[in-house]
Amino acid sequence: MRFILPEILRGSRPSGDGGSAPCPARESAPPMKLRVEKRPQPSRRWMYLSPLLAVLVTMLAGGALFAALGKNPVEAIATIFWEPLFGEFAFYYRPQLLVKGAPLVLIAIGLSLGFRAGVWNIGAEGQYIIGALSGAGVGLAFYPLDAWFIFPLMVIAGALGGLTWGMIPGLLRVRFGTNEILVSLMLVYVAEKLLAAMALGPMKNPEGMGFPGSRNLQQYPSAHNADLIADTGMHWGVVAALIAVIFTYILLGRHVLGYHIRLTGQAPRAARFAGVNPARLVLFCLGTSGALAGLAGMFEVSGPAGQVSIDFNVGYGFTAIIVAFLGRLHPFGIALAGLLMALTYIGGEIAQSNLGLPAAAIQMFQGMLLFFLLAVDLLTNYRLRLSPGPETA
Amino acid sequence: MTLKTLLTGATVALGVAAGAVTPAQAQDDKTKVGFIYVGPIGDGGWTYEHNEGRLAVEEHFGDKVETVYQESVPEGADATRAITQMALNGADLIFTTSFGYMDATVAVAEKFPDVKFEHATGYKTAPNVSTYSARFYEGRAIQGHIAGNMTKSNIVGYIASYPIPEVIRGINAAFIHARKANPEVEFKIIWAYTWFDPAKEADAATALIEQGADVILQHTDSTAPQAAAEKAGGVVTFGQASDMAEYKPFPRVSSIIDDWKPYYIARTQAVIDGTWESQQVWDGIGPGMVAIGEITDAVPAEVKEEALAMKDAITSGDYHPFTGPLKKQDGSDWLAEGETADDGTLLGMDFYVEGLDAEIPQ
Amino acid sequence: MMDLSSISPILLLASIMAASTPILLAAIGELVVERAGVLNLGVEGMMITGAICGFAFAVNTGSPALGFLAAALGGAALSLLFALLTQFALANQVASGLALTLFGLGLSALLGQGYVGIKPPPTTRLDIPVLSDIPFLGPVLFSHDAMVYIALALVAAVWAVLKYTRAGLILRAVGENHDAAHALGYKVVRVRVLAIAFGGGCAGLGGAYLSLVRVPQWTEGMTAGAGWIALALVVFASWKAGRVLLGAWLFGGVSVLQLNLQAAGVALPVEYLSMSPYLITILVLVIMSADRSRAPGSLTRIFHASQ
Repeated sequence: MRFILPEILRGSRPSGDGGSAPCPARESAPPMKLRVEKRPQPSRRWMYLSPLLAVLVTMLAGGALFAALGKNPVEAIATIFWEPLFGEFAFYYRPQLLVKGAPLVLIAIGLSLGFRAGVWNIGAEGQYIIGALSGAGVGLAFYPLDAWFIFPLMVIAGALGGLTWGMIPGLLRVRFGTNEILVSLMLVYVAEKLLAAMALGPMKNPEGMGFPGSRNLQQYPSAHNADLIADTGMHWGVVAALIAVIFTYILLGRHVLGYHIRLTGQAPRAARFAGVNPARLVLFCLGTSGALAGLAGMFEVSGPAGQVSIDFNVGYGFTAIIVAFLGRLHPFGIALAGLLMALTYIGGEIAQSNLGLPAAAIQMFQGMLLFFLLAVDLLTNYRLRLSPGPETA
Repeated sequence: MTLKTLLTGATVALGVAAGAVTPAQAQDDKTKVGFIYVGPIGDGGWTYEHNEGRLAVEEHFGDKVETVYQESVPEGADATRAITQMALNGADLIFTTSFGYMDATVAVAEKFPDVKFEHATGYKTAPNVSTYSARFYEGRAIQGHIAGNMTKSNIVGYIASYPIPEVIRGINAAFIHARKANPEVEFKIIWAYTWFDPAKEADAATALIEQGADVILQHTDSTAPQAAAEKAGGVVTFGQASDMAEYKPFPRVSSIIDDWKPYYIARTQAVIDGTWESQQVWDGIGPGMVAIGEITDAVPAEVKEEALAMKDAITSGDYHPFTGPLKKQDGSDWLAEGETADDGTLLGMDFYVEGLDAEIPQ
Repeated sequence: MMDLSSISPILLLASIMAASTPILLAAIGELVVERAGVLNLGVEGMMITGAICGFAFAVNTGSPALGFLAAALGGAALSLLFALLTQFALANQVASGLALTLFGLGLSALLGQGYVGIKPPPTTRLDIPVLSDIPFLGPVLFSHDAMVYIALALVAAVWAVLKYTRAGLILRAVGENHDAAHALGYKVVRVRVLAIAFGGGCAGLGGAYLSLVRVPQWTEGMTAGAGWIALALVVFASWKAGRVLLGAWLFGGVSVLQLNLQAAGVALPVEYLSMSPYLITILVLVIMSADRSRAPGSLTRIFHASQ
């Protein structure tokens, strides 16, 4: 850092600003400067290495944090990362990884398409909620009818609900040029209030003694997003996430739309010359990520969560952003990153229970993970060069 | 892929079965008692008092009992996992301290038939699931009496949380007794739609005070209304869920304290003795689940005497806060002279009594 | 039965002034940051860090003033992490801001563990001798605690600096076109780092106002989205300092008004009413952008000197 600071502050322009010429205090050796140079192409090696490096550094920093809190750092890190996978009760926790990871992966896949194209959907949490409300609404409307078509209808409703909610910022951006970051974010709050209104009003369980919250969909077989094989945690949401990963991989690698997405992100002007319709791309990205987030919400409300309640949403829409970045916006990377995040959640809970580690420490840990990833990412796009002598224009 | 899933499924099934069996033969003869909290133990209210109950259990039983807890557990899948985790780790008795844990508790209880579960404020039971709740309305009656007597502006502000029977019961009980003490008194009710949100509670209290209330009753759990009352000056408040003693002797003139200690100790003893049975408990001031915090000297002497007398009458069973003649808000008859409300009606209460000038939000 | 007459407009307006102070502070700070061309989504994290720093210091030293100072420093310190990431490690601003929020929420919860349920030292209300007695304006404008006045003064100061001073000009230039500014010899990165620190300090002050004056208490996550509202406010104000004030009053006003209406007996669909500030913001965003209104030209673009 000591080297980088003066370099960047000074900038590298030829016309001086007083004191820009490096002054060799020692005649013996020419001063070395650490330069930050943009790579012509992102380094493939670092693209794969940086997440790993980031995780390692986070483990170290996290360990230091836990030690500062008075917990044995090695034990804490082992509890978080090793225990859920190989510990005493891993048979229970491993499926939970799928349960926790599926919505993250599903949402992150959708987000990654947009992020690649420079379309910033920050409102996935809102689309998640609306998808859940739409899906649950359809299910509850049919209660107590038992029929095979109810669940598929719920799936469609969930996807459509999320899609619509995602299209709002999309249409506003296309039509008026409104910043989709802020619109989608504001819509998260609107969605949360709507959730509360529904849980307290129209969707309230008539047999629930006046308490807020809808009927529990886990007890309504036609609408229950049950594990396909009992206790494996593999519900339809997990299947959907898997399909999304594969589908996106093919889309990005083999399909012209994927090519357009990647091109728009890297060189917007070139993309336009190549015939990409920017409006349609924006709508596609926001619509798709909205639909996927809506699906995640629908699977969650009819499965692990079970009912429409005021506190239904727990922040998956925002955590998915971290997952998307952690997975380098690549489908397979996202799948792994989603499982990693799930691991930190589940392991974090075990650490809370067994070691008395505060829940807030885990939140910090997850924030640190993203921080370090972003910092280490520097190496992917930029090259650090040690070079002698004054820089040339 | 299919084979792997099948194997995983089989292993899981075996594992859960094994897990269901293991907790019964707990490692040593230490009884393990677990607690699932909906908020942080430092909230100074609901969860704080449950944790006091846990500490009392530890103190009472010493080495014979080990307690564990997890705080701020969200409802839904996370709750299921937290409860399962506790059961897997060998808990013999688990207290789930929020209504929203109901379905999760019942679901996990099915998988662990040898573990006992106690669910607070719920209504679903099972052979190994009990429910327990407190008759807070008894405390509200006493509060209402003091409020009616002490208000000078005849406006009492009520910060309500959610329009559920428990809250409506509290409003009704307080109102009935405030009116009895002061026929001119009026209630202004704000629905905060939260159990604990200091910022919102402070705003609500301020709004009520600005509209003339000089007594504030609350069904939310933070001390923010007390602070707002203190800032405004001349406003009476009552502690909620815990004593909120740092605001004695004024504005906090009394409080309703959730005292889970006797119940938790009794149930733990039952598990140790092997006499635990599923039951539905609704206890009030008598059995000690609801405690009335010290009535300070800011309250006039006669009022304090009357309040304490009411408390004794409720404790001995001589007086029931919902005793007729009482009419419903719409004018229809509810309780005849001398008739007391039955538990069923109280549990599902969805109407205001006559005289309350507001509507229950739908 | 409604009794709207029980709502005192004086007290209501005074409440709105107080309610809008936290978001006003955070928003005016973020406005400076965005005018310099950086989008810092981490306002929520900085606010809540300020809230706990301010609270802890005030409780430990017994002085709210020191608490506010600590809050500003705490917020600024956290924002420097963001500056490090975006200006030196050249990371994506959106992701960095989100990381900051997450980190800040966790950090504050950890720091605040020993402070739940404690009463902070009270912040006194400043009554200005003659002015407070003016019939209507007195209580509304002149009987608040010091921070309200400081916030208003800050808004005025930012407006004046941006409009009339050389420093403000440089800041705006950097925000409009950082390459051109760089070519002209302005130190883009330094300007941005300073702006980010200022934004962090202001957000910290806003958070501390919540924990020391408004509530006053410390609870995990107590900012409850105020940081995001501040972000919306900046856009609502189309990056103009004066309009930030109006926006803050609007947002602060809606929640205060809603509570007062309830207390007055107006049967409101509470949840729908509390949606309104956000919907209004979206509306304003659309109008502003349809109007091609100026976001600073290089907002969110990464600046790298050797290009």
